[in-house]
Amino acid sequence: MQANTLSGGFADPAVGSAHAFRSVMEAMARPGTIQDIEGAAPPAPLSPAMGAVLLTLCDTETPIYLAGDMDCDAARAWLAFHTGAPFVGPAHCMFAVGKWDALAPLAVYPIGTSEYPDRSATLIVECSELAASSATLTGPGIKDQATLSLPEVEAFQANRTLFPLGLDFIFTCGERLAALPRSTEVSRSSSEAIAQVGAS
Amino acid sequence: MTEYNFAYLDEQTKRMIRRAILKGLAIPGYQVPFASREMPMPYGWGTGGVQVSAAVLTPKDTFKVIDQGADDTTNAVSIRTFFQRTAGVATTTATSDATVIQTRHRIPEEPLHEGQILVYQVPIPEPLRFLEPRESETRKMHSLEEYGLMHVKLYEDISRHGHIATSYAYPVKVEGRYVMDPSPIPKFDNPKLGDMAAIQLFGAGREQRIYALPPYTQVVSLDFEDHPFEASKADHPCGMCGATDSYLDELIIDDLGGRMFVCSDSDYCEARQATGHKGKDAA
Ligand SMILES: [Zn+2]
Repeated sequence: MQANTLSGGFADPAVGSAHAFRSVMEAMARPGTIQDIEGAAPPAPLSPAMGAVLLTLCDTETPIYLAGDMDCDAARAWLAFHTGAPFVGPAHCMFAVGKWDALAPLAVYPIGTSEYPDRSATLIVECSELAASSATLTGPGIKDQATLSLPEVEAFQANRTLFPLGLDFIFTCGERLAALPRSTEVSRSSSEAIAQVGAS
Repeated sequence: MTEYNFAYLDEQTKRMIRRAILKGLAIPGYQVPFASREMPMPYGWGTGGVQVSAAVLTPKDTFKVIDQGADDTTNAVSIRTFFQRTAGVATTTATSDATVIQTRHRIPEEPLHEGQILVYQVPIPEPLRFLEPRESETRKMHSLEEYGLMHVKLYEDISRHGHIATSYAYPVKVEGRYVMDPSPIPKFDNPKLGDMAAIQLFGAGREQRIYALPPYTQVVSLDFEDHPFEASKADHPCGMCGATDSYLDELIIDDLGGRMFVCSDSDYCEARQATGHKGKDAA
């Protein structure tokens, strides 16, 4: 077992995860806002924000799917030691972890049932940037509208049509995160729409 | 070191509650099942709200507890003290200073702001329960949006009383989808549920349900075209502070049946009196 498997958890797990949860909750309650989240130092390729989210929400009761590059010995060992979560395939996960392209196709994840729409997966997407740009968001939690750099638009529009079923998303980047619950309506920002029209 | 877990609950329980809160925020108005734990206070004292507060509090929070609008009831004081000891939070009675407010049966008069969280204690989370005792059936009704019986019940009120007699726990529809019980707040408070800047979380301990309203969520009180919803209150000004816009409690003030109307939100009333507002019964 490598030394960094044992390190990198919250210095004070109870207080560290309490603060981290508030960041996650604010992000989920206010889609598009970018929140700071600190206190975790997982091995690469997990970002500090990704590590903090997983430490805060995962344990032996939450099967995790590691997609693409995230499915490596370092990540598996660190998560096994700090959370005890079992690793599963995408169809049985409660949390999926990966870069956007590696997480596709979205149709394989649990979206809940009509009587229990909460029995659905949350996808935690590692992003190379997180900014208030590219996509326009409206819906619960958003006063007028918000903007967020989403990897694409169509997948989130399709997910919204499933409501109240569907997937929820957390985007992590460095020590920051944002979220997009299934309730959010997503459209391309008008400036980008114009750029697309100009390009065609 | 402290003899308690941080905020009393163990980490695994808090994680489970936190996951339920996130699902609740993602599906506004939907009741998320959770495995409620025993708390060192009797049911009816708000073990659902206490568990939700335990899952959201950090030591940086300033915590307020109101019981029917008052900060000084045994219930409110005991919950406030509980989290002061177990979570190391600061406490306050001032609505605007609090970051987390746990409430039983009221929404503060003062508009809440971003950065605040309102945690409701809920006795019966299922708005359809009085129509249908079986959980399997009410769950099916929610999944199919079968809310016709709910409207029939409200309409029976109108034919019997000339108006909708339900004055507490008045049902609402959230974002045009789920019918939700707002907990036994007076219907006077219903208009504050929608478009609120704060996060609203609802915890029912005995019934093991958590649900939520993100900020700026559309919340509509059920009504009929010919009988629109009315946020009624006693038609008096507050006897202590003169407020005409607050929800009032009626107090018996002497053996001769003398009565007085006072703001149920004691922080609101005291703050008004402190800035010179005076009602007709003020000394
Ligand atoms: Zn008053």
